[in-house]
Amino acid sequence: MLADKDRIFTNLYGYQDFGLKAAQARGDWDKTANLMKAGQDAIIEEVKASGLRGRGGAGFPTGMKWSFMPKAPTPERPNFLVINADESEPGSCKDREIIRHDPHKLIEGALIAGFAMRARAAYIYIRGEYIFEAKVLEKAVAEAYSAGLLGKNAAKSGYDFDVFVHRGAGAYICGEETAMIESLEGKKGQPRLKPPFPAGAGLYGCPTTVNNVESIAVVPTILRRGAAWFKSFGRENNHGTKLFQISGHVEKPCVVEEEMGIPFRELIEKHCGGIRGGWDNLLAVIPGGSSVPLVPAAMMMDVPMDFDGCKAVGSGLGTAAVIVMDKSTDIVRAISRLSYFYKHESCGQCTPCREGTGWMWRVMEKMRTGNAEIGDINTLYDVTKQVEGHTICALGDAAAWPIQGLIKHFRPEMERRIHEAKGDDMLEAAE
Amino acid sequence: MADAAHTPNEADARAQFGAFAFSAENKKTADMYVGRYPAGRQQSAVMALLDLAQRQVGEETHTQGWLPVPVIEYVASYLGMPYMRAYEVATFYTMYNLAPVGRFHVQVCGTTPCMLRGSDDIMAACKNRGLVKGATTPDGMFTLNEVECMGNCASAPMVQINDDNYEDLDYDSMTAILQDLSDGKQPKVGTQLPGRHTVEPYGGATTLQAMVDKNHDYRGEY
Repeated sequence: MLADKDRIFTNLYGYQDFGLKAAQARGDWDKTANLMKAGQDAIIEEVKASGLRGRGGAGFPTGMKWSFMPKAPTPERPNFLVINADESEPGSCKDREIIRHDPHKLIEGALIAGFAMRARAAYIYIRGEYIFEAKVLEKAVAEAYSAGLLGKNAAKSGYDFDVFVHRGAGAYICGEETAMIESLEGKKGQPRLKPPFPAGAGLYGCPTTVNNVESIAVVPTILRRGAAWFKSFGRENNHGTKLFQISGHVEKPCVVEEEMGIPFRELIEKHCGGIRGGWDNLLAVIPGGSSVPLVPAAMMMDVPMDFDGCKAVGSGLGTAAVIVMDKSTDIVRAISRLSYFYKHESCGQCTPCREGTGWMWRVMEKMRTGNAEIGDINTLYDVTKQVEGHTICALGDAAAWPIQGLIKHFRPEMERRIHEAKGDDMLEAAE
Repeated sequence: MADAAHTPNEADARAQFGAFAFSAENKKTADMYVGRYPAGRQQSAVMALLDLAQRQVGEETHTQGWLPVPVIEYVASYLGMPYMRAYEVATFYTMYNLAPVGRFHVQVCGTTPCMLRGSDDIMAACKNRGLVKGATTPDGMFTLNEVECMGNCASAPMVQINDDNYEDLDYDSMTAILQDLSDGKQPKVGTQLPGRHTVEPYGGATTLQAMVDKNHDYRGEY
């Protein structure tokens, strides 16, 4: 198990104050200017060397993302950093803890990351429903300004940098980077076509990088302790520590920072008090938030919880939002509820997604009650394949994958419901 | 999954809110928001200003507020943008109420992580107190809605009432919260499990115990 001294978010549970003084006593904002003295390219190289991959779900190498930004921005066309705190993926609840309990890690990270990519300012886009969290963040930003850590000559580094908080208003799709940029410009959050990529033309048409809260908040610690320290955790290509969020049918749901690649069983046993009703009672797990396919119990037990480990069982690490389902779960309803979520959150821009999410949800509701034909399962599968990959952003894919996962692993259960609803003779052994 | 609430007649809304303008204090706040964006990009502040306007309507009507057409028009002209662009924003995002809500806006999370932890019971507790999904109680106290994932999954099930989250609920604690609110009392915000602080494992953190009692600095142990 990861030692406490190697955890980055030491005030994760908010036992102590989030304010500047307390944060400094924990090591934040400690000679930030010295870290920045190394220079922009050295910081980017160090982040690259640490093996940090984006913590927002896609897992793109963070240092490489920063290196796409123009090296000589002009005052008319400055670079921007946008920090994605629009945490809305069902199962994800880590950025909330960072923001309300350790906001100065994020703000210091914003300064360092913004400096490294030569940005003029950072906008932190926080989801509208995080009302209390936004208040905390505003307070922390104000503290940083009055202490001279932001603004002109930020933290006495000689670099001018601003951090602004922008509140959303309830739209999952704004977590998609180009939709977030649209929303920041005061429009409906509908994703843009790529290219141009945000690093070429993003916010106000200026070069922009969008990073997840956790990706930014870990940067100061990585620079202080060195890339080699961060890289010493986890497996090749999957380095570092990670906030895991475990919800659903475990004895004690929680958020916890652990080493990447910790086996699923160990994660649950150590921090969550095991599966409700014991390991034999485990039915399935969604390892990375609602957008990734579920994994049946037998396949999941010993999976290393990192990007490649989850990929190997046909799913993904996503945001490491682990949704655990025991055998009391109505698995078809659980996935159907996710289908409703995607129907509700589709922005309506692309036809396959706008029409497809509604259609998939209605058919999933039929599957739930068994009011369908056996052939409808294949039709449903075909439709998910028609939605997947045919939309501007990945919401269409995200709506399709949970259903594909369900059909792949639980087709017999879906067929059983259809037979039962029709009153067909059950082919089950007598008890 | 609530049906769309009934939007009041526009003529009535104009009669009531036609003269809407930000209060002196809110005007200051609004200008502070506008100042966060580059010159000429004041449209970026439309989301913040619509929220501010909705809150002011709420204060004026002793509810959680909503956005009548003249109020959206006011915000649009405040930022020098076409009304339709502001209206698009007001209709796109779910936190803008396009119809009046009650004194307490009860938003029960019903997405899968909460569903697995018993959000059906929370809905039942609301129903048994006379709340109806997508509607306001006749006394104007409670508006009930089912919302999508609120990001409190490790302390599910949860409800957001006005600006406060109540987490780790069950049927009884939800009933007690609604009772407190109708009695004019402020229930405890956050987790309802006795002894749980925030999102640590219930019964005591498995990590970072040194942080529980004092602001521990781990740097000496590197």
